Formats: sequence, structure tokens, C-alpha cells
Amino acid sequence: MKRLGTMKKASKANFATYLGVIIAFVVVSLLKSGGVLSSSLSGLLIPVCCYVVMALSLNLTVGVLGELSLGHAGFMSVGAFSGIVAAMSLQEAIPFAPLRLAVAMVVGALFAAVAGVIVGVPVLRLRGDYLAIVTLAFGEIIKDLLTCLLVGYDSNGLHILFNASGTLTVADLGMDETGVAIIKGAQGATGTVTIATFAAGFVLILVTLFIILNLVNSRSGRAVMAIRDNRIAAESVGINITKYKLMAFVLSAALAGAAGALYGLNYSNLAASKFNFNTSILVLVFVVLGGLGNMWGSIIAAVVLTILPEALREFADYRMLVYAIVLILVMLATNNDQLKNLLKKIIPVRKGGLGDGERV
Amino acid sequence: MAKEFERGKMVPVPSHSIIPERDIDKSPILECSHLGIQFGGLKAVDDFNLTIGRTEIAGLIGPNGAGKTTVFNLLTKVYQPTKGTILLDGMDTTGKTTVQINRMGIARTFQNIRLFGNLSVEDNVKIGLHNQEAYSALTGILRLPGYWKREKAAHQRALELLSIFDMQDMAEAKAGSLPYGAQRRLEIVRALATNPSLLLLDEPAAGMNPSETAELMENIVKIRDMFHIAVLLIEHDMSLVMSICEGICVLNFGQVIAKGTAEEIQSNPAVIEAYLGKKKEG
Repeated sequence: MKRLGTMKKASKANFATYLGVIIAFVVVSLLKSGGVLSSSLSGLLIPVCCYVVMALSLNLTVGVLGELSLGHAGFMSVGAFSGIVAAMSLQEAIPFAPLRLAVAMVVGALFAAVAGVIVGVPVLRLRGDYLAIVTLAFGEIIKDLLTCLLVGYDSNGLHILFNASGTLTVADLGMDETGVAIIKGAQGATGTVTIATFAAGFVLILVTLFIILNLVNSRSGRAVMAIRDNRIAAESVGINITKYKLMAFVLSAALAGAAGALYGLNYSNLAASKFNFNTSILVLVFVVLGGLGNMWGSIIAAVVLTILPEALREFADYRMLVYAIVLILVMLATNNDQLKNLLKKIIPVRKGGLGDGERV
Repeated sequence: MAKEFERGKMVPVPSHSIIPERDIDKSPILECSHLGIQFGGLKAVDDFNLTIGRTEIAGLIGPNGAGKTTVFNLLTKVYQPTKGTILLDGMDTTGKTTVQINRMGIARTFQNIRLFGNLSVEDNVKIGLHNQEAYSALTGILRLPGYWKREKAAHQRALELLSIFDMQDMAEAKAGSLPYGAQRRLEIVRALATNPSLLLLDEPAAGMNPSETAELMENIVKIRDMFHIAVLLIEHDMSLVMSICEGICVLNFGQVIAKGTAEEIQSNPAVIEAYLGKKKEG
């Protein structure tokens, strides 16, 4: 059967990816319940899931759409804070924590998507380095705006103040005695009820993979990759450039928002300054090391590079040294033709990947 | 049901052009009148008039820098003309975008090949089918029944189109890794996938050896006969142009210096001068 050959091959590769993630989840859950994992390591499980989703979603922008975005943490922060506000204010309406978490992630994704549209419309008119610089700026702007935010919840509903002058405090929200301050400006979100779970992180990874892999193997995904490979040719065959660029960018932002909501609900205290430029770069490092357009690579890079600093804690002084060496080794390994050919024999060819660093 | 067309007699039409006699009772597919574009002080194309019949294979020739590719860019609205009108199938195209022009029925290939190099040959053709086998992004993500139906249709159509050039066996190869000639052919297939009524080919035989060129000529005629479309091609290979083009338009310095059949063009003194220079006096 030659017909539908490529489609089947693509589905097979996707299936292997899902299976790999499921196996990893089962193994880690067993290790955790068996008490094999150290407490610091099991505390990292949820952040690892968040970073995996961040890397996957950024890979959609950088690897599939081919535009370098340096402000991805900005969308994560929008998702985190809107997710926290949603989860905290729905505590009574939805007592069942997993459902509340799911709602919070959806809210986080929606708000991040809106931010994605606002940022994407002007930014996607630019190309290459210019786009990278402007996304960097937008990421910082989002973070600074969130630093000015005061949000509280009482029996009358939500109270939101924008503390641009820096003189307002929680008292200015004018809440009654049942009021709880959720976000306190530069202090960030404090007293958050942590409802994030590893299982939720696992589900989020699967959903993200499902969305991205299915998109890449569909008409819209092909249109996005066509724009990446040759914008002028894509236009000449009737592809609406703006629409597909914006679609990929907003989807990427929404997934980052969902990851942010999960991340935010994992910590009782979280300041917006956590989502700075370094976080954006960290996620970009996952994507570049894992290989542009390669979803498996993003997952592995995100997991290894999040756990590595923790695992190297024993080496204290040499920690960053070893981290840097591992980075270099991974880079060499992913660009090694012999290793690539070996991997190609083991793993079926995945489509949508860029060639050897042809474009960033 | 491919109907083969004989090389027919050419007859004049009102816009100072000629089209094949068999197309005279149908409205022409393309009518350019007084088309022009100016970049700063330079008139890259000036007062360009051309009418192309429904099933005509037309040629656009001229020395390097004459403005041939600029004409293609004007027709596909990569540049907006500063003067004149383009009627496509009787409809005015003023203010349309490249994407809209493609949907209205013009597809093109590029002088410097522009394929989606990282994608497979089949995906390149499927991208050409973007507006033919359409379904929403959500249908694709959720794998709704529409996805399977459309993807299957797109897959079959892609292989059908590739088989015109005997390329169906390369369907899974990466487009960027194909040999040069195959890349040129793939560009034509991708353009055909958009279901055009006018196909613009920018130097389709560039870099091909004589036997490949001969095969290409056969295929261009075959495409016209199969799809009943018009073809306008830019080409420097005169044997190709003279043997398959019914009407030929010669450009020099942005202006049309001659129009006519192959025989008329070959004996036109202005054309000879443009290509070979002026005969020395005395």
C-alpha cells in the first residue's frame, strides 16, 4: 500500500512520541510512590512539565514558523497570573481542585492568547533580528505591567487596580472583611493555594503534543512551514501569510499561558520578576538544543536541563562548569552526522524539521 | 478528455495584440493595457500591452534586464503597477494582493527556484492545493472527518499532478535535495496545483540540458492540452520559444518592441537589433 504512506509514517512517529511520554510518566510516578526520588527532585516534577510545554510551544514559533521570539516568558507570566486569579476566585464556586486547575489553565491560555494577538499583530510585520528584539521588549513590558497589578477577591467579586504610580497598596482595593489579596504588585502572587499536580502536568504535555503534532501534519501546519521555507512562494500559491503567522504565534502564546498557569499554581509565592529575559532564553536554549522543529528533542532538552542543575548540587562549585560542558556536548551530538544517521535508523523520519541550523 | 490543439493561425485583437484563432470567440484570459511601473526615475516597464488567448502558449523574450520578470511581478502583484490596467478573465485586478491574484487564477514559477526546501515533494504540491482542499485549522488539530477526507483527496491529487512529470516516485523525498531539473518541474507542478487558468513560467528551461529542455517543451504543451489553460513563459532558449510559443512578445528597456508569431519575430529588424546590435553603416 503506497497510498497514504507519508500520512501513516507521520502518525507512527507521533504515536511513538505519545507512547514515550506516557511511559516516562508511568515510570516517574512509580519511582515517586516508591520513594526512590529525592524530595528536591520530586519538587521539580511540575516545573519540568511546565518547561517541557514551554519548550514545545516555543518550538512552534521558532522551529515551525521560523521566527525567533525572545519574549516567551512574558506569555507564561500572563498565563500564570490570570490562572492564579481564576483559581483563587473560583475556590468556592469549584471546590474540586483538579477541575479548578483545568479551568485556571484554560483561563491562563485564553489571556495569554489575547496577549499573543496584541503582541503578534505589530510584531509579525517584522522579520528576523528585528522581530527577536521587539518580542524581547514585549516580554519585558508584560512583566513590568504585571508588577504594577493589584488584585483582590471578596464577596463582591474581583477588585483590580493598576498601580502605575507605585503609591497604591492592597488597602486601596477597597475590599470588605472577607477580602483576600491575590496579587500584591511587585511582591507578586502570595498565599496561593497550590493545586498543581504532576498528573495535570503530564496531561498538559500530552494535549500540547497532540495540538502541535496534529497541526504540523495538517493543511494549516504545512502553510506555516511554507511561510518559514519561502515566504514569497507561499504567497504565490495563495497562502494568507498574516493569518497563518498570527495563528501559529497565538497558539504558541496560548500553550505557554497554560504552562504558566500550572507553574503559578505550584508555588504559594510567585513574583512577576521570575518571568524575565533569562527564562525566555532558557526556554530558547531547550528548543535550540533539542533541534528546531523537533518535538522530541525539545522534551528531552527541557527535562535534562531543568533537572541537571539540581542533580549537580553535590558538585556545588563545579555545577555551572559541568552544565556548560553538557550544553556543548549536546550541541556536538545533535550536529553529528554519524549520530544522526544512527538515530534515523532507529526512529522513523519526522517531518517539519529544519536542516542543520539553516535558519534560526 | 485532453483535447490536443493544433498550432493555429494567429489573428489580431483590438488591443494591438494577436491571439490564436481558436480562442477568438472566447474572452481572452489576460488583457494588459498601457501597463507600466516606475521605480524612482526608472521606467522599468512602460506602456506594456498584451492579450493572451484562453489556450495560448505565449512567450515573453528580450535581452537581460529588459523587464520580463518585472512584468511577471506586475501580473502577480508583487509590485503594484503605477500605470495601466490588467484584466484577468475580464475582471479588473487593480488593488488586489498576490494571494487574491492566485485565487483569481494566475500561478507562477520563479527564475531562482523557490521551493519549500525542508518539506517533502508531496507536501510542496499539497501546499499548492492549499485553497483547493481546504479545511480549518481546528478540523486539522482535532482530526475531524473532514481532515481525513480532504487529506486523502489532496494526497491523490498531489500524486496525480506529480505523475505528469513522472515524479510520483519522488513524493517522499525532500524538495531541497532534488536535482536541479526536478526542482524546476516540481515548481511547475506546485503552480498547477493551485488550479490556475494562466500559468506564468519564468525561465523554465534554465540550467537544463537539451534533452531535458525537449522533454520540458513536450510537457508544457501537454499541460496546456490537459488543463486547457494559457501559458506565458519567459525563456532565453530560443529553440524552445520558437517551437512552442504561438504568440511572442519582445521587450527591450521596458518597452514592447515587437509582437507576433515566431516567423514574424525572427525577421523583425528591431528584434535583431536588440539582440545583436545595429549593423555598422557602410
